[in-house]
Amino acid sequence: MVSEKNTNQIMNKIRVNRWKDQLFKVWGVACTLIGLILLVVFIGDILIDGIMRIDWGFVTDLPSRKPEKAGVFTALMGSLWVLVLTTFIAFPTGVAAAIYLEEYAKKGRFSAILEINISNLAGVPSIIYGLLGLEIFVRILGLGASVLAGSLTLSLLILPIIIVATRESIKAVPKTIRDASYALGASKWQTIWNQILPAASGGILTGVILSLSRAVGETAPLIVVGALAYVPFAPGHPLDDFSVLPIQIFNWISRPQHGFIENAAAAIIILLLVTFMMNGVAVYYRNKWQKKWK
Amino acid sequence: MEIVATRNTIKTVENTTNMESEECQKPKISIKNVKVWYDDFQAIKGISMDIKPNAVTAFIGPSGCGKSTFLRLFNRMNDYVDGFSMEGKIKIDGSNIYKKKIHVEELRKEVGMVFQKPNPFPKSIFENVAYGLKIQGITDKKLLASRVEKALRQADLWEEVKNDLKKSALALSGGQQQRLCIARTLAVEPSIILMDEPTSALDPISTAKIEDLIFELKEKYTIIIVTHNMQQASRISDYTAFFYLGELVEYNKTNTIFTKPEKKHTENYITGRFG
Ligand SMILES: Nc1ncnc2c1ncn2[C@@H]1O[C@H](COP(=O)(O)OP(=O)(O)O)[C@@H](O)[C@H]1O
Ligand SMILES: [Mg+2]
Repeated sequence: MVSEKNTNQIMNKIRVNRWKDQLFKVWGVACTLIGLILLVVFIGDILIDGIMRIDWGFVTDLPSRKPEKAGVFTALMGSLWVLVLTTFIAFPTGVAAAIYLEEYAKKGRFSAILEINISNLAGVPSIIYGLLGLEIFVRILGLGASVLAGSLTLSLLILPIIIVATRESIKAVPKTIRDASYALGASKWQTIWNQILPAASGGILTGVILSLSRAVGETAPLIVVGALAYVPFAPGHPLDDFSVLPIQIFNWISRPQHGFIENAAAAIIILLLVTFMMNGVAVYYRNKWQKKWK
Repeated sequence: MEIVATRNTIKTVENTTNMESEECQKPKISIKNVKVWYDDFQAIKGISMDIKPNAVTAFIGPSGCGKSTFLRLFNRMNDYVDGFSMEGKIKIDGSNIYKKKIHVEELRKEVGMVFQKPNPFPKSIFENVAYGLKIQGITDKKLLASRVEKALRQADLWEEVKNDLKKSALALSGGQQQRLCIARTLAVEPSIILMDEPTSALDPISTAKIEDLIFELKEKYTIIIVTHNMQQASRISDYTAFFYLGELVEYNKTNTIFTKPEKKHTENYITGRFG
């Protein structure tokens, strides 16, 4: 009697567990789909609004008060300037910092404090970086509201991400590679330069590209630094005024005419294209890198 | 089986010829009362021994007895280990390799190392072998190509890879990878080669190839090999050292160690009664 009752209880429990299992699966699928569906709806909506507006003229035209005549040329160029300058500033600095922390810094209290602070920096709201940039680059260094000041600010913003990504990729290089290099008479620097960095390059590039694609989409810190919504010409010099795509979009959306809403949608498509392309490159490198070690 | 038998006969002949000149030969490596610690843990407890030139010396002993630690002293690969410290003297060709002024990179060109798991760089076969030369600043393409070929021939790999030098080294089989690692070491032209269980990750055929190779190499090189495989030690080595718990228990001609060991402990180990 007793044992039969026990078996029944166990069977019941199993049934309940199976049921829970199913429920969780459905829930998980629903959550995933919600995110996906929202994204598809959003992109679809933007495409419907803006795709008709995109032509070569839209990409090459200067801003204008008339929506049909306005183009994104200055903002797109501004974004590309920011992208290039930020890459040149943040990439070498971030990788060098990561190499120092990972390979040279003595493990101790100082490096522990550095480490914690870098992780914290990655979580600081971007507008705070804007304020920092305004004070240091625009005012103290006297760079003004220039594309260089904006790029330096964004570099600060993405440095922690690059440092963390680079350190992770360096750590992932098998120790046996290091041993082999040292055993052949290589110095520490030769080992880092010839073996560690090439082996880690896939991961480093992925991190750098992803962080840059974040930088391209940033708006708040650049507004604080003083990027303009309207600039008559594309920047031709690091110290020129500038605008960027997200600010242009923000500006157009807040206009009353319907034509500008269409323009905003079209500009969003272009911004998305830029970021998707960058992410695509990042995914490509990651796959290539993973294959190398499998 | 036949090959093995021939090889052993050759070896005995060589051994007898070696023996006459042996007493006057200077040791290649001389080790005096060496002790090693990892933090508080003493891994090597005062070992003295001489390693003979142009011979194969096998280090045997149960796991954790300090063979790798001891081996890695000779090219100073322990220097990077956290908590490592040592005492005592190690001289190679008469010069102390732990003196302050020594150039560790120079030492490692003289003392090559082959690891337990084949560890080729994720680069082409050519680049793997050329690496040790390139970091010495050799850039002459012809010289590099000829040194790479020479090293690959010495490692008995040339015929298998001569048309694929640009291919990734990771595409090679495990045994080929290990011979590539040997070639990479030979390219730098060391006089000593340290091998830490070089065949433990390989199949029997690849193992036999590497053993043949070691046998050929000892004419020109001083080889120290750590092995868990008693047959391997008896097949390829001229001298055998048995370690236990950080101490050198017995060190003698391989023949003697395997036929009439002085210590009961050694006998128990080589007959497989413990370890
Ligand atoms: N990096 C290290 N840190 C601390 N202890 C170590 C380290 N490497 C080895 N040891 C210890 O030293 C002893 C000898 O190790 P090892 O030389 O690897 O032995 P073997 O090669 O004979 O198996 C072992 O007890 C091992 O746990
Ligand atoms: Mg070992």
